[in-house]
Amino acid sequence: MLETLDERLGLDDEQLLGLYRRMLTIRTFEERVKYESSAGTVLGPTHLYIGEEAIAVGVCAALRPDDYITSTHRGHGHAIAKGCQPRRMMAELFGRETGVCHGRGGSMHIADFSVGMLGANAIVAGGIPLATGVGLAIQLKQSDQVIAGFFGESASNRGPFHEGLNMSAVWHLPVLFVCENNQFGQYTYASQVMLVENVSERAAGYGIRGLTIDGNDVMAVYQAAREALEGIRRGDGPVLLECKTYRMEGHNVGDELYYRKPGEMEAWKQKDPIVRFRACLQTWGALSAAQEADITAEVQAEIEEAVAFAAASAYASIDTIYDDVFSSDYQVTP
Amino acid sequence: MTTAEMTAPAQTAVRTITFRDAIREALLEEMQRDPSVFIIGECIELRSAWRTTKDLSLMFPGRVRDTPISEAAIVGAAVGAAMLGMHPVAEVMIGDFVTTCMDELVNQAGKMRYMFGGQTDLPMVVRIPTGMVKNGGAQHSQTLESWFMHAPGLLVAVPSTPYDAKGMLKTALRGRDPVLFFEYKMLYGIKGDVPEGDYTVPLGQARIARAGTDATIITWGSMTHKALAAAETLAAEGRSVEVVDLRTLVPLDTAAILRSVEKTHRVLVVDEGYRPASAGSEIAALIAEKAFYALDAPIKRLASPPVPKPFSTPLELATVPQTDDIVRTVRELF
Repeated sequence: MLETLDERLGLDDEQLLGLYRRMLTIRTFEERVKYESSAGTVLGPTHLYIGEEAIAVGVCAALRPDDYITSTHRGHGHAIAKGCQPRRMMAELFGRETGVCHGRGGSMHIADFSVGMLGANAIVAGGIPLATGVGLAIQLKQSDQVIAGFFGESASNRGPFHEGLNMSAVWHLPVLFVCENNQFGQYTYASQVMLVENVSERAAGYGIRGLTIDGNDVMAVYQAAREALEGIRRGDGPVLLECKTYRMEGHNVGDELYYRKPGEMEAWKQKDPIVRFRACLQTWGALSAAQEADITAEVQAEIEEAVAFAAASAYASIDTIYDDVFSSDYQVTP
Repeated sequence: MTTAEMTAPAQTAVRTITFRDAIREALLEEMQRDPSVFIIGECIELRSAWRTTKDLSLMFPGRVRDTPISEAAIVGAAVGAAMLGMHPVAEVMIGDFVTTCMDELVNQAGKMRYMFGGQTDLPMVVRIPTGMVKNGGAQHSQTLESWFMHAPGLLVAVPSTPYDAKGMLKTALRGRDPVLFFEYKMLYGIKGDVPEGDYTVPLGQARIARAGTDATIITWGSMTHKALAAAETLAAEGRSVEVVDLRTLVPLDTAAILRSVEKTHRVLVVDEGYRPASAGSEIAALIAEKAFYALDAPIKRLASPPVPKPFSTPLELATVPQTDDIVRTVRELF
């Protein structure tokens, strides 16, 4: 159990500013991706994490560097929060050889195994059985690592959610299932397609603990994840952590938002996780006006450099299209 | 097509054992040799439906695990564990059940290495008891390995003898790539010579099951035995028929196929699976493209018609190529 903590949860100024900087990095990265996607320099379908930054940052802050995550089609935030370099991500989105997947994956398949980011997945719920398997591997290796598997509320309507959570539960696997309930499955309100209000209620069906928290409060996410991970690391089995949030952008860049209820976006903007956290930091005296300006400028410079790096990078040679279908033990015949 | 080399068995006794015992022996020896090998599947702890895992759970506690009836999670968990360097063996009890884990096989296992730019090996084996079994009915009898030739990134093994079953499974378990290992249910009881102890058979090299000069039968798995019986009958008529057992469909040993066709100038392709858009179609197309002028007669094919497998014995037998059909069709080549 956690010791009694103050509202800063025992984090010092530097750690708190680290959370703020990561959230701002994701936001700035995503705003630039939106621009570049519209301009055609970022290729392909692109799904933005704007409005959901507190979840990835809060959960990943509670993970150790040697822990793992699996991610979703809306995965840029998870990758940055786990430590992936924005410049190599941007190059990937530009489809360049210097990208983290050498331009083979793109936005929906960002992965960086060097930081434990085991891949975004363009199949809704596709990452859940994989997270189960990572948990099984950790258990068989008798390691004290954990995996956090991110997915959206609509993934909980697919079979692999059921199979993955149940299997993880019966084997007490070290998996934190993080449901980002952003209210939408593409262009459909989640409330139209599921009768339970909270995805966490489904945890009871697997005999595991489920809880719902404010996903726009990075400290609440960090606290809940840290507490859940203590038990998970101890061998208590998986936990389903539902983080309520709101997708402040469309499903994809270019979504015309025709389905959205009037006024809803404006109401959620009042709960913007970055604005809220900034106000907290200022209240706690952890963020001066000068620090805020410095962090903003540094983050913007980093993203600017990421775009320049991506734009200056080459596409991989066409000669390499057959590489990495298999290991070097086998070759594909053209 | 493969760089894997066949390793000769050491000076050990050769016994006559069943196909199922050859599979079990490969699993047992590889689990002894490599602590990262483990097995998951439905009802496998005590013996499995096909008795291929008998007593292994007693010898390797925790490494042979009964799962829920959850094929998506079984295969997905194997993918996740393989990403962490384990060597999972996932058993899909009946080949028809691949339909319930196609995403995990095709979109996850087959694409992970490529779309992540070569960041991960996927050393995993999915064992798939397959094909017609007596009166299995429409959902327990299918031969679906052809589907996976159409899915990039998956190796497809289809051994026909106990010797190859053990040696190829060992190669699969020592590899770095996902292998779909199809075991014909009708072959589990056949006996053959198998050395005690260690040897491997490479994936990607066809076997001349019977040498001949007048016509070639190209086949694999269960149909190899029917082709050999047919060749025996035809030999009595003075026809010397070569039988090429492909052993793997991916990689496909195209050189062996073309070599035999160029030698005999007549070819029949025999496939237990459905005829349209099948492995047999692909092989026939390959021969037509690459060896057309070596042919003295049009390519012939035998396969199952595209009807669900009927339950009733006479109807069922009529939907699968039989030895008499092979004999008759080879005669038509002359």
